[in-house]
Amino acid sequence: MATLPFIPGLILAAALFVLGLAGLLARRNILFMLLSIEIMLNAAGLAFVIAGARWQAADGQIMFLFILSMAAAEVSVGLALILRMHQHLRHLDSDRISEMRG
Amino acid sequence: MENHILFYIPAIVAVGATAMTITRANAVHALLYLVVSLLAVANVFFLIGAPFVAALEVIIYAGAIMVLFVFVLMMLNVGPEAARAEKTLLRPRVWIGPSLLAAVLLTEMTYMIATGPAEMVAIRTVSPKAVGRSLFGPYLLGVELASFLLLAGLIGAWHLGRRTRIKPAGKGDA
Repeated sequence: MATLPFIPGLILAAALFVLGLAGLLARRNILFMLLSIEIMLNAAGLAFVIAGARWQAADGQIMFLFILSMAAAEVSVGLALILRMHQHLRHLDSDRISEMRG
Repeated sequence: MENHILFYIPAIVAVGATAMTITRANAVHALLYLVVSLLAVANVFFLIGAPFVAALEVIIYAGAIMVLFVFVLMMLNVGPEAARAEKTLLRPRVWIGPSLLAAVLLTEMTYMIATGPAEMVAIRTVSPKAVGRSLFGPYLLGVELASFLLLAGLIGAWHLGRRTRIKPAGKGDA
């Protein structure tokens, strides 16, 4: 009977999340920032599924389903905003969205 | 820690492909690497006994969401000059600070996870039937909330994506 790679799985989720975080902090192209957020959401879902497998319950997979629907809604609105930004500024550099002078 | 080699192969592929994703200058290459990474994560899901979620990862994440990204990229029509401009933003001075901070966080998190209690648990497949019974039983309210969220996403995307006359930037009010 194969045993569950619980700690390596959690470390994999942490590594993927941190890679997404580094990409979000380092990139300025807003499309890559949205991709990095997707990576981080996926890593959080992976942690949920591994924890669910640890207790052999379905709850982790259900949390992944909710994260999945949240990611789908978020990405549709985010991509629509990116389209508007590109119509408006002809560029994807997030530093150019500075009209509010915040 | 026996026979976890089947887990480590997709894990290494996922981490490598994700690292390639966040370092590419060309957005299409980054998207394709991210698809590889998501497929590797789906492989991990299948190995730890979650076949329903593995299928959803392939169909929705690697399929639908990434296709959405590809469509938007085609609509934006970014050419090779955008990749060149992106390369100039990828200087080490820009990414070394965030990467070091993220590496510190990863080290701390890895230490905390690895020193935690480790029990040997057998892999037991949680079938789609069990997931569905739980989803439409105790989690029914969550399903309704997810449907609200998707409706809000739909209306938001429709509203933002409408073609309207907008003034070009740089004319004062925008």
